[in-house]
Amino acid sequence: MIELDGLVRRYGEREVLSDVSLSLAGGQTLVVFGCNGAGKTTLLRVLATLLRPHAGEVEVLGCRLPDDAWQVRGRIGLLGHEPLLYRELTPRENLRFHARLHGVGTERVEELLAAVGLVDRAGEPLKTLSRGMVQRVAICRAVLHDPELLLLDEPWVSLDPAARELAWPLIGAGTGPDGRRTRVISSHDPGGGLAEADLVLGLRGGRVALLREAGSVDPSEITELYR
Amino acid sequence: MPIGRGLRTLSISTVAAMGVALGLVFFYAPIEAEEGFLQKIFYLHVPLAIVSLCGFVLGGLMAIAHLRTRDQRWDLRSYVTIHMSLILGVVVLLTGAIWARGSWGHWWVWSEPTLVSFLIVMLLYATYQPLRFAIEDPERQARYASVFAITAGAFVPMNFLAVRLSSSYLHPRVLGSSSNLPPPMALTFGVSLGAMALLFATLCSYELAAKRTRILLKSSSRILGYR
Amino acid sequence: MTDNPPTANDARRSSARPPGLAATVGALLGKDLLVELRTLESVPGMSLFAVSTFVVFHFALNQNTVSGDEAAGILWVTLLFAAMLGVNRLFVADAEQGGFDGFLLAPVDRSAMLVAKALALLAYLIVLELVAVPAFGLLLLGSPLGQALPGLLAVLALADVGIAVIGTLIAALAVRTRARDLLGPLLALPLLVPVVIGGARASSPLLSIVHPGGLQLRWLGTLGLYDLVFGLIAYAVFDFLLED
Repeated sequence: MIELDGLVRRYGEREVLSDVSLSLAGGQTLVVFGCNGAGKTTLLRVLATLLRPHAGEVEVLGCRLPDDAWQVRGRIGLLGHEPLLYRELTPRENLRFHARLHGVGTERVEELLAAVGLVDRAGEPLKTLSRGMVQRVAICRAVLHDPELLLLDEPWVSLDPAARELAWPLIGAGTGPDGRRTRVISSHDPGGGLAEADLVLGLRGGRVALLREAGSVDPSEITELYR
Repeated sequence: MPIGRGLRTLSISTVAAMGVALGLVFFYAPIEAEEGFLQKIFYLHVPLAIVSLCGFVLGGLMAIAHLRTRDQRWDLRSYVTIHMSLILGVVVLLTGAIWARGSWGHWWVWSEPTLVSFLIVMLLYATYQPLRFAIEDPERQARYASVFAITAGAFVPMNFLAVRLSSSYLHPRVLGSSSNLPPPMALTFGVSLGAMALLFATLCSYELAAKRTRILLKSSSRILGYR
Repeated sequence: MTDNPPTANDARRSSARPPGLAATVGALLGKDLLVELRTLESVPGMSLFAVSTFVVFHFALNQNTVSGDEAAGILWVTLLFAAMLGVNRLFVADAEQGGFDGFLLAPVDRSAMLVAKALALLAYLIVLELVAVPAFGLLLLGSPLGQALPGLLAVLALADVGIAVIGTLIAALAVRTRARDLLGPLLALPLLVPVVIGGARASSPLLSIVHPGGLQLRWLGTLGLYDLVFGLIAYAVFDFLLED
């Protein structure tokens, strides 16, 4: 599903990601830990085809990046720090816009709005909604086209427990086509993150500090990363 | 390729060519009947203008190479070429002003379409460096600069066409009739053009060498840990 | 593929077909026009600016009416500067909110953004001219606007395409830099000089009282050539501005 071999991504002369290699099978969840600036968001953006790899091999869903990026775009969903929504438009208008960009029908928009419990606010401009509600709409946007690979950058941060419950069926483990959606999640929460993970990646200064199956990782090792 | 290779040969040939050119200008080329001795500035002004404009277009071509190959070296060449053309361009405008003052008594004339187009081109390229410095990400800076260089490079001929069309009359001058210059003047002009082209190439090579050295120095000091 | 009966997900996935260029342009343009209608950020400002500028010109030139070269000059300078206001705002909403990311993640042809934004800017320019040209005729123009109109419309149409193309390209270039509001006009104005030349020289005989003239084809040709050349260049380089 995801194959990284010696991935390098630079910013000027600084290497933001340095020699990152890993292998993730379909249907599994990879959780990435690391302090701010360790390269978590950069890694997600490279996988999302938003950033080109500067060196190394990257293969996502069987396609090599950046050459075949156009082939995978419709099959990846990204939920980043920014909701990627227009504040002046309503949730429904925003989602319909993204639906049109992905060639998805409007019934899906209604379905998702109902799933996150925002049907009654779907006709109001986004700027009048709370941050948690905006995050819920962003989640809808990310899964609108039912992607095979879901990239989530600290997804649970702006959601209250009730919203978290609503969102879980959409972006939690075991969702997606045949219940086998592959996910890459960046997280600051050792307990919660480990619980979700099949594979754990710890980044420090852009390098791989930890890469093991979740079962064999102790939460204390995660907190070590933050020293 | 080692930095600075061929610089000595280039410098010597430039000095030699400039020497020959200056000799021809002062001792060989006849004094023009109408304008007198001041007309000789034509042998400096016009070749520099031609070289400068070619430099801008060349910068655009190098920018195309940069975008196609993603090789940062092409961006460096493009930057140096445009930078040098800008500097020569300032000299062109100054010598043009002196010539105008000597010939018509004004420091600036609108009746010379080539000079006018040159001013517009310079106004455009004067934004090249502010544009570059307004973008922090080095890779994006190079990419955006190349897009600008290509657009501006295509603009140069387009602009000349438009300004030439708009001139209500073409002031009869040596420039306009450069195709029917008497042989001594034509020879001097040709040699001068060659000398200016060599000067341009030498100056660019020096700046390129200086920049490459600086880059090498920076990365060496980083590797050795001096920063 | 699995042997299980097709689920709703499978049906949805197979029916999702990435939109073609026209559909993508339609989606983008619709979104932009919708945002503009909600915020009214660009068009009213541009139109008001143009009318105010005519008033300023009246006082600056100390003249009640203008015609010929002067009229053409005032009209085109005003339109150009008003257009700069629109250019400055063109990508701001995308850079700050919706993000280019949302678009870049979609399986669409990226040139669609150039086409859609240029069409949006063209629409803003048309509305601007619907206000500015009659205002000009009312406030400053000495010759009758009516008889100049057909020729003037042709010139405006061709010039608008050029302004839209270059405006979109420069707006995209400037929006992700520091000092974007300054850099945009600084880059665009020299690039648009040929449009001013073509537009003003073509309009001048139309707006003359003393020697009224017809539409000269050479200026239309210049504008057309400009539109073609820069349209092609913009199409070729635009993608490089979006990606990272």
